[in-house]
Amino acid sequence: MTNVNLMIVGVGGQGSLLASKLLGHLLVREGYDVKVSEVHGMSQRGGSVVTYVRCGTQVCSPLVTEGEADFLVAFEALEGARWVPYLKPGGRLIVSTQQIDPMPVVVGAAAYPDTVLQQLRDRGLSVDALDALSLAERAGSARAANMVLMGRLAHHFHLPAERWLDAMAEVVKPKFLQMNRQAFLSGYHYPDQH
Amino acid sequence: MKELMIGNEALARGLFEGGCRVVSAYPGTPSTEITEYIATYDGIYSEWAPNEKVALEVAFGASLAGARAACAMKHVGLNVAADPLFTLSYTGVTGGLVLCVADDPAMHSSQNEQDSRHYAVAAKVPLLEPADSAECYRFAKEAFALSERFDTPVLLRTCTRIAHSQSLVETGERAEVPLRPYVKNPQKYVMVPGNAKQRHPVVEARMAALAEYAEDCPYNRVERGGSEVGIITAGTCYQYVKEALGETVSVLKLGLIHPLPTKLIRDFAASVRRLVVVEELDGIIEQHCRNLGLSVEGKSLFSPIGEYSQATVRRVFGLPAPASLSVDTPLPVRPPVMCAGCPHRGMFYLLSKLGATVIGDIGCYTLGSQAPLSALDATLCMGASISGLHGFLHADPQVARKTACVIGDSTFMHSGMTGLANIAYNGSAATVIILDNSITGMTGHQHNPTTGYNIKGDPAGKIDLEALCRAMGIRRVRVVDPYQLKETEAVLREELAADEPSVVIARRPCVLLKSVSPKPALRVDPGVCTGCRRCMKIGCPAISMRGDKPKQHSSIDGTLCVGCEVCVQLCAFGAIGKEAQA
Repeated sequence: MTNVNLMIVGVGGQGSLLASKLLGHLLVREGYDVKVSEVHGMSQRGGSVVTYVRCGTQVCSPLVTEGEADFLVAFEALEGARWVPYLKPGGRLIVSTQQIDPMPVVVGAAAYPDTVLQQLRDRGLSVDALDALSLAERAGSARAANMVLMGRLAHHFHLPAERWLDAMAEVVKPKFLQMNRQAFLSGYHYPDQH
Repeated sequence: MKELMIGNEALARGLFEGGCRVVSAYPGTPSTEITEYIATYDGIYSEWAPNEKVALEVAFGASLAGARAACAMKHVGLNVAADPLFTLSYTGVTGGLVLCVADDPAMHSSQNEQDSRHYAVAAKVPLLEPADSAECYRFAKEAFALSERFDTPVLLRTCTRIAHSQSLVETGERAEVPLRPYVKNPQKYVMVPGNAKQRHPVVEARMAALAEYAEDCPYNRVERGGSEVGIITAGTCYQYVKEALGETVSVLKLGLIHPLPTKLIRDFAASVRRLVVVEELDGIIEQHCRNLGLSVEGKSLFSPIGEYSQATVRRVFGLPAPASLSVDTPLPVRPPVMCAGCPHRGMFYLLSKLGATVIGDIGCYTLGSQAPLSALDATLCMGASISGLHGFLHADPQVARKTACVIGDSTFMHSGMTGLANIAYNGSAATVIILDNSITGMTGHQHNPTTGYNIKGDPAGKIDLEALCRAMGIRRVRVVDPYQLKETEAVLREELAADEPSVVIARRPCVLLKSVSPKPALRVDPGVCTGCRRCMKIGCPAISMRGDKPKQHSSIDGTLCVGCEVCVQLCAFGAIGKEAQA
């Protein structure tokens, strides 16, 4: 098969680590060659963070570059917009509507670009936006927003949901499994937007 | 079964299976996880050393006693460890010795992007460079035998994209390698001039033997493709070349970067019409090709700055870039920030308020240089804040009352102590501020000699910073809580004014520590807030201005606020209070 390229982007501390762990684990279970790349350290301190996940018959580069991503999963709206140039034509943006002001906005030196997702839709990009934070809270914890977004990704991905849930059971602690499953399914079954 | 591992975990696994018994390291991105993973294995002694020089010397001692030993550090850490490395090259090893060093092209979390490969050339030791996690594992495991066979320390170099990228690894079993018996051999190990003169020819002969070995060693291979272009590459660049160019080019993939083969490269060059070297940072392989008299391209096509990707390779070879969508609206950047409740914030606010010139150091607190705190004037390297301040004051003693330095607890133990010894000995009216947050913060919470715990989290020796400074001869040692602005400001004013050296220890644990429980979030009463923006001066990510001008008021994000109350002390109107009161 041709390689599938994914990116998970957000703000340091938002919980993308567990999302990429689940995704990596699932893809290895399916027998793909897999590479996952992220940067630790300075960027964790509330900065913009990105994880690249690639799978296929043979994956060489651990990076995804502009115009190569099939899926862009954004934990935060501005970060979604920031990484859109990495999507390939026909690629899909799955984005949480959560907004976290970066420091230039906090200090009043810049404005948060509220209309950017609409702009992208207007130009024909597939934008699947959902309030992952509220859905996660309803499932039991705001911290499960990552699983809501993984559920939404699974909705568009070529593997059945059961495989995702089997993989989840192997990476999530048993006492949090039920809540994470519920969060995942709320994203998976989220109504399609047109 | 194959497992997904970051390069650092794979290195740790390889060292473990290779029979390593002793690992000493100082944390540094992107190398830190090597030692953290090592610490999870039984059968290996591991530790956080105060600095990289100590770590390499510990590994030397373990090797001398016959054990397979390793140490790990980031590229700038190797500068600190360079002194033992250059002479270790002369002594050689008893048990195999592997030094893992991680470079950071593009400076994701570093102060420069130096190329560690120069050290292998300068110190005359072999250097291996893996291209994915499977090679990290294999190279680390086999490096001990290479070290013992050629009687040399071995450098194992990675970069951020290898150290922090996960790929598949098939692991095996640990080899139980017995200690090689220690035999007293001063001619080999006592490096006085008479002995070292005997050892230098041994080093040259070893490098000649290694160069011979490089011709057909299992780390270098040719992948035959098109014969128009031949590419010599290594490490992560190999992956970018394969991704962008596939079978259209022939590739000489190098794993042993020093010494480089001669015949292998000449034969490869002769088999293609155009020879190109793809290597990040400096043109080390390219220069070797030039020295062989070959016609080669490298840095004329690829920048010595930053990191590459498959997109870089496509661009250089004239392949089309994939189509992509852009956003018209300018997007605000999102730089890293000091966390809400960070104990460094209050100190930087005060230093900024006092108009102090501040020499900084390496750690989270380097973020104090950013607006609106803008509190730092210089940051050079680990420990340089204290020695730099001493020099600054001797250039112009008049500025002592307005000049200070800041250094973290771990950085102070790493290489700040010697700078303070210089101040205690030679004298200057320096005000040294130790930002003691009870952990090594920036690299992700590693213990250090001041925390009282070792790498496994077990109780360990604990150095008393106040007693240490006093023992050095510093008479003025003060301890403050940086959350208490008034008291801290009073102490700072007194110590800046003092005509002798002083140390101010600002003690408050990092808010991200599990042992620190956050206090209830604070809240701004919009009816009381006048919108004066005074609380905005501390650059807390939890505080922002809300509402439309001119009736703006500040607001606190309850999910981020940890209730440190630094902003409360700034508000002249009593508009900020605990959630319940408001």
